[in-house]
Amino acid sequence: MASKTDPARRTCIAGVGQSEYTKWGGIQDRSQFQVTAEAILGALADAGIKPADVDGLTSFSNDSNDAPLMQVALGMPRLRLSGMVWGGGGGGTCGAISMACASIEAGHADVVVAYRGLCQGQGRRFGLFGQGRVNGNFVDPFGLFAPSQMLSLAVRRFMHLYPITEDHLCEIGLNARANANRNPLAVMHGRPLTRDQYLASRWIAEPLRLYDCCLETDGAAAVVITTRERARDLPSTPVDILAAAHGSGPGWGSGLLSGHNMPDDDYASTNGKYLAKELFAHAGLDPKDIDVAQIYDHFSGLVLMALEDYGFCAAGESGEFVASGAIRWPDGRLPLNTSGGQLSEAYVHGMNLVIEGVRQIRGTSTSQVADARTCLVTGGLGVSPTSAVILGRH
Amino acid sequence: MAYFPDSMPRPAPTMDDAGFWAACSERKLRFQACADCGQPRHPPTPICPACHSTKMKWIDAPARAEVFTFNVIHHASHPAVAARLPYVGALITFPDLPGVRLVSNVTDCAPSLVRIGMQVELWWDDIGDGMFVPRFRPAKGDAS
Repeated sequence: MASKTDPARRTCIAGVGQSEYTKWGGIQDRSQFQVTAEAILGALADAGIKPADVDGLTSFSNDSNDAPLMQVALGMPRLRLSGMVWGGGGGGTCGAISMACASIEAGHADVVVAYRGLCQGQGRRFGLFGQGRVNGNFVDPFGLFAPSQMLSLAVRRFMHLYPITEDHLCEIGLNARANANRNPLAVMHGRPLTRDQYLASRWIAEPLRLYDCCLETDGAAAVVITTRERARDLPSTPVDILAAAHGSGPGWGSGLLSGHNMPDDDYASTNGKYLAKELFAHAGLDPKDIDVAQIYDHFSGLVLMALEDYGFCAAGESGEFVASGAIRWPDGRLPLNTSGGQLSEAYVHGMNLVIEGVRQIRGTSTSQVADARTCLVTGGLGVSPTSAVILGRH
Repeated sequence: MAYFPDSMPRPAPTMDDAGFWAACSERKLRFQACADCGQPRHPPTPICPACHSTKMKWIDAPARAEVFTFNVIHHASHPAVAARLPYVGALITFPDLPGVRLVSNVTDCAPSLVRIGMQVELWWDDIGDGMFVPRFRPAKGDAS
């Protein structure tokens, strides 16, 4: 089943923008809000669209850079969509895009910027305890304070159910670092990583080591979404949104971040298998049609689960899949996280992965997949909602 | 003496989960269940997801408990846990009460000996001011 969207309202990403990416605490000369506004202006300049033409703003994971204030900062005369995707853990990365697409397709907005600003040096470091977590009463008193300490429970179960080893987790980390070393804007550029270094790195929460866990960084990223019809007259290189979706299976609630109360069959999963079916159906594509992928890499083990949930391999076979070299640039079947991802480029709650997806379709990645025509990008995994988009060329 | 020092974050009961913590303060591990259709649920939520009744009851957790999955935490994300490193986080299930999982700890056992499927038993950690937190240790007779 291909898309039934009015052809005149089909959407694309017309421009992308990002700040510098630094280790947490690296951006001290201006506020997170300013950094975010600059990333948005950069995305609009890339698109060739004036800020005054933007009529929608979306974000996710309780982004503290409020859309109403952003409207003022950008001098937007009208705000027609002020959208926040509920839920934490970066689950709504691509949800901010799917909400923009829904509004644009329905004619409620014409130009929407989906953005995320996250300077952990100015707010809370995600690796430390923070008050106010949803259902925090059911993790805090037990010493599970940070996502690594919550999601590693599911990674352990996954490794118990299936033949997944530390070498398979390691491969996710090494692949990300190899790609980051081709990306001069990556925080970990110039810092190669070997298997020996990986195995010698300290435990964070077994079975996760330091290099299984995403970075804590400062930065912001934004993408401009509009109709393909409008983008036709722009000087930029638009990338089509072939499908975008966010959502959850039953019973996830606070998911792996606290409740751990999803159905048994969903336990060691990303919560993505429901929306993956819809996503591929909407795009009229199969997993085998995807040329390159940016899969949300907060933790290595969840990336393996996603390879299964999105149908790139069967349940339990993701270890074998990555061990075969399938995710390596340039010759693998599915080059993965080609900017270095959140393990080695930056942790902008996944919005940096969307930008890398756009670069792949434009042909401008530093780990460019030859003639990439389709790219899957996912939002945060193991949470509710989770989300994904398929980018491409029509 | 409590398992973690006094600076450890404590449960801060809300209107929706107060019943769980009230039972804990009496050293009773009780899960919420629907008073109409009987379906258990955790964490607490005010409406039955199955039949939408707002009538609830609190049912005793069965004694038989096991480790559904676990981790070994080596990084102090709060100063209160620094002296306890490494400690074991665990997801506990109850074979006689399907549909409920509880995040807790496995104590009194070397982390390297904890395993999925391990039989564990409840103990109550006195964290002061009349509150107790449910933690688990290997059940007597468990192979490990």
